[in-house]
Amino acid sequence: MSWFEKLIPSRIKIEASNKRTVPEGLWAKCPGCSAVLYRAELERNLEVCPKCGHHHRIGARRRLDVFLDPDAREEIGEDLESTDPLKFKDLKKYRDRLAQAQKQTSEKEALVVMRGQLKRIACVAAAFEFSFMGGSMGSVVGERFVRGVEAAIEDNAALVCFSASGGARMQESLFSLFQMAKTSAALGRLRERGLPFISVMTDPTMGGVSASLAMLGDINLAEPHALIGFAGPRVIQQTVHETLPEGFQHSEFLLEHGALDQIIDRREHRDRIGRMIAMLMRRPRP
Amino acid sequence: MDLNFLEFEQPVAELAAKIDELRHVGDDNEINIAEEIAHLETKSRELTKQIFSSLTPWQISQLSRHPLRPYFLDYAQRIFEDFEELHGDRAFADDSAIVGGLARLDGRPVMLIGHQKGRDTKEKIYRNFGMPRPEGYRKALRLMQMAERFGLPILTFIDTPGAYPGVGAEERGQSEAIARNLQVMAGLAVPIVATVTGEGGSGGALAIGVADRLLMLQFSTYSVISPEGCASILWKSAEKAQLAADAMAITSDKLNELAMIDGVVPEPLGGAHRDMEAMVATLKATLIAALDELDTLDAAQLQALRYERLRGYGRFKA
Repeated sequence: MSWFEKLIPSRIKIEASNKRTVPEGLWAKCPGCSAVLYRAELERNLEVCPKCGHHHRIGARRRLDVFLDPDAREEIGEDLESTDPLKFKDLKKYRDRLAQAQKQTSEKEALVVMRGQLKRIACVAAAFEFSFMGGSMGSVVGERFVRGVEAAIEDNAALVCFSASGGARMQESLFSLFQMAKTSAALGRLRERGLPFISVMTDPTMGGVSASLAMLGDINLAEPHALIGFAGPRVIQQTVHETLPEGFQHSEFLLEHGALDQIIDRREHRDRIGRMIAMLMRRPRP
Repeated sequence: MDLNFLEFEQPVAELAAKIDELRHVGDDNEINIAEEIAHLETKSRELTKQIFSSLTPWQISQLSRHPLRPYFLDYAQRIFEDFEELHGDRAFADDSAIVGGLARLDGRPVMLIGHQKGRDTKEKIYRNFGMPRPEGYRKALRLMQMAERFGLPILTFIDTPGAYPGVGAEERGQSEAIARNLQVMAGLAVPIVATVTGEGGSGGALAIGVADRLLMLQFSTYSVISPEGCASILWKSAEKAQLAADAMAITSDKLNELAMIDGVVPEPLGGAHRDMEAMVATLKATLIAALDELDTLDAAQLQALRYERLRGYGRFKA
């Protein structure tokens, strides 16, 4: 409770809590500054709080839509779907989890890849859909990513990936672990061709995704205050039995420790990444 | 309970105790007792065979972490000659959870890299329970690139619960260190043979595991997350680790069936630790054969085939 709230007489405070009866979906509360925001305004602002700049999560398709030039886009690997090679079942069947995620997100998998242009420069862009099983990387995510890399090589294009993932997809076990090697190897080929890869880490980028494609950017960027790391903070806490440093595993912490080139506000991604790619590819200013 | 035996081996442990007892009282009527011992030993072998013919994935997982299981340095000293350990990442520290160095395999110079666990409490702590920090992976990378410069094949030995989840490890870029190894290993111009000897724990294992030949010892495991970790996330209880071990296909036979690995190296009856000499001989022969096979390829072929392998990982439908 802030000092100001403490001053408010309790009678008024109760009225304030009655606000919860407002129809859901019209308003959103910012976890950054607790401001109540008009949903439509938040959306217009690319899901960034206009009051405090907190970056809310944004869907993969929306992100690519506002990032790439509007024309000449083509989705890559959209027809690929997960199979269930291990017939995996925990408390729920993997198949059912997939079906549920597909229904909830209207996506077939946790990564969307598009070839197109960024400020008139050929660009392949990929974005993780975190609400699809935590953006976890299974066979399809890996395959779509690699097809994206291959498309970039074919088009002589830059590659940009927006990561948002809890890591590898446990339900595909070793198939999923080996996607780390597969995606990293493909990025090695892109590198040999002298084509730039810009990795943008968003909240959260953890585990197998962080420890493969996300950290291999020629330029590593992040959104403000994103959780980025290999092991989850809870696992680390349980291992080391000490309180974790302030801001541990957040973008600002990673920048300070040399893991990132920059932290860039989502609203500037298109312009700033466009500018960097143009320089790396020795093109005129966009 | 005899700690050298796992829970499911207790019937064998009881027989072993009985044999031991007989040996101690053996002086009086020697003939009968010798007969009895021989009889019990046969029985013990039969029982072991029986138990080991139908192990569950969870039991195999316990075997892969057996406190007496041979570790990397046991193999380094027995399979190879002239082992010269090389230390440090040249930037921050020497990580004792990953050991590397030059050695000869049947006369031929090679580069060895392996996770190293400790035997007693003191050594366990020194080796950080076989959980590497970024400097371990960066040392491995340095040695692998050195091997490439000098045209030496690389042999790696995987046995780790995973990369170390610690504050310093994160600060120094655990993710980047692992990712970099994956990318560089994919393109090295020398043969790489990786063998999972114990626990193949996730990204921490894979970071020295990108290879032209991937082998697993019979009772080793390889998985994206430990059975306990998987159980605590998906089953909301670490005690369901047995179920997670079943579901994840972590054993050598399963992964061989799924064509995720190139071969299973059979272990002596009762596991590698019951007969280290036999294990060493089998593994040595297997490694020599694997390198002989890879010798027929030039660098470009090797790189192309390795990329094809990596490119092919995954199952999906269009």
